[in-house]
Amino acid sequence: MQSFTIHTGTAALLERDSVDTDQIIPKQFLKRIERTGYGDFLFFDWRYDADGRPNPAFALNAPQYAGATVLIAGKNFACGSSREHAVWALRDYGFRTVLAVSFADIFVNNCVRNGLLPVVLSSAEIAELTSRARLATPLSLTVDLQRGLVSTKDGFNADFQIQPFRRMCLLEGLDEIGMTLKHESEIAAYEASRPSRISICRPELRRL
Amino acid sequence: MQSESVMPPRTLFEKIWDSHQVCPGPEDSHILYVDLHLVHEVTTPQAFEGLRLAGRKVRRPDLTVATLDHNIPTTGNRFLIEDALARTQVETLRSNCREFGIELFDLASPNQGIVHVIGPELGLTQPGMTIVCGDSHTSTHGAFGALAFGIGTSEVEHVLATQCLVQQKPKTMLVHFAGALPHGITSKDMVLALIAQIGTDGATGHIVEYAGEAIRALSMEARMTICNMSIEAGARAGMIAADQTTFDYLRDRRFAPKDRDWNQAEEYWRTLQTDSGARFDTTVEINAAQLAPFVTWGTNPGMAAPVTAAVPDPDQVADESDRNSISRALEYMGLRPRTKIEDIPVDRVFIGSCTNARLEDIRAAARVIRGYKVASRVKGMVVPGSQRVKREAESEGLDKIFIAAGFEWRESGCSMCLGMNADRLNPGERCASTSNRNLEGRQGAGGRTHLVSPAMAAAAAVAGHFVDIRQWEYKG
Ligand code: SF4
Repeated sequence: MQSFTIHTGTAALLERDSVDTDQIIPKQFLKRIERTGYGDFLFFDWRYDADGRPNPAFALNAPQYAGATVLIAGKNFACGSSREHAVWALRDYGFRTVLAVSFADIFVNNCVRNGLLPVVLSSAEIAELTSRARLATPLSLTVDLQRGLVSTKDGFNADFQIQPFRRMCLLEGLDEIGMTLKHESEIAAYEASRPSRISICRPELRRL
Repeated sequence: MQSESVMPPRTLFEKIWDSHQVCPGPEDSHILYVDLHLVHEVTTPQAFEGLRLAGRKVRRPDLTVATLDHNIPTTGNRFLIEDALARTQVETLRSNCREFGIELFDLASPNQGIVHVIGPELGLTQPGMTIVCGDSHTSTHGAFGALAFGIGTSEVEHVLATQCLVQQKPKTMLVHFAGALPHGITSKDMVLALIAQIGTDGATGHIVEYAGEAIRALSMEARMTICNMSIEAGARAGMIAADQTTFDYLRDRRFAPKDRDWNQAEEYWRTLQTDSGARFDTTVEINAAQLAPFVTWGTNPGMAAPVTAAVPDPDQVADESDRNSISRALEYMGLRPRTKIEDIPVDRVFIGSCTNARLEDIRAAARVIRGYKVASRVKGMVVPGSQRVKREAESEGLDKIFIAAGFEWRESGCSMCLGMNADRLNPGERCASTSNRNLEGRQGAGGRTHLVSPAMAAAAAVAGHFVDIRQWEYKG
């Protein structure tokens, strides 16, 4: 998994609350069996009109946001479905981090397993960044996970917190499965300690 | 080991959380054991591929169960999937299950159905378990006093490889429904009222336990509806402590424990109650006795109101971002501010999904429909949650009631809950739906969804617009 330490890039403004994962990547694109190639379908129903032409009214189609790698959203970003495709699509499009007032839980879990940094800022800080981004186009931001700091060259600074395990996953680009497999003996001991409860599930296939 | 008597009082969630700790993980994480892993075709191909690339195996195929539900046709020859991408996904799950030794309830199986419908009806879902699935509505299984939540595809791969998950401890919320539910009000109305009150992020970061007289009085199927929609309030999971209703439902189901095992299990399950004095991080009170039938009018499940109310007027809303969300939602939904909900006409009616397509739901809708015809402007469909639900409904003659009224009677699957197969709304079409998400385009690009209970959906099909089910004249 790709790690995240520090990133500088330009920001795109979404200016909507409760953007759900059905909007981030509509269901017709969940039929693929790969992890890549979702960038073209990001925000598909908002990004294109019925004839497949870019919708000029949608934020990401604005020329000043071309090449943006930092997405600024509102509150409750990526609520709804558990689809990891939402993270794959944001990453594939080029985003490295999303700044928002709040995020849905499963989305955050999916982010940290794919090198996409979810940054929680206060609504005042998001509002401040929003007005700066409206003026300076494009707005360049630096997001530093080591220091927990979002900053601009002209003096905007905001601290952010992220839970320690999530921070570690991102900083180290952790192979989580490999890490858990190192606990094989504990897992086996756990299974051995409660075989009767586990066997309740499917006795005819019971392995222990 | 600490003895029970010196343990501080714990919530139901904490008891299950504690009993599934394998060992501490890095930083603030815990390695949690997973008792049951449910798998479907859409969120797993990349996980199995990841295992193959790393040369890993499925650690416990015996604790992993697969079904086909999201992508499959519900009409015509369902074995012939015309959409090439969907077909590939279905075939990929089949070959993954063969390769890794996982039991798959394929289309020809009498047990096939929506993953959250078949887990309970097969008795796979049991109190005290940890249950995960690459699907946010895994929260449904919490109705049995299990800790059940949705995970992403990377986590699916992690569970396949290790039978564990690395998790941080969530917060807890108690939602207490005081009083008895009035006649005609369902658990769908309870959960829509809750989300309307606390918002779609009201329970973010929390495990919700539902309690109170109105909850205890609910059937298992009705409890599943509430727990199912916990995620729509942002909750990680919803739970209801097991009781006699739970045990009566589970007994004799295929995977439920038998004989002596049952007695032992029941004794253990009875201990899975929140202790008196246990602390929740947040508590929400709702007066069940004052609830009305709810209908959503907007583009998230929190935008809901009693059927007797009207659509809000954004000009009356002080907060700017709320005002913008409401305006945008009304524009998408094609609704004028202050329209009475009962005056909203519908084009389509969908009775289906893991929220409300179990036998009781179909019975409730059939009872409303009996002796009536669907309004001429309306197209209605019933999509049973599983093959078992379909068979049982047919053995009671419910299919005939729907067909006589002009409804379509389909095969089981997710269908128009998310429209990944051919079952979709056309742009601008308005649907009364028993499903769980009224998001923009959820049931088809440009489609407009109103979430309601099965009886309310059935009544809307007959009337051609929303009506208050409390005034319905039942025939026969
Ligand atoms: S019925 Fe709808 S909500 Fe339930 S699993 Fe299927 S798609 Fe998801």
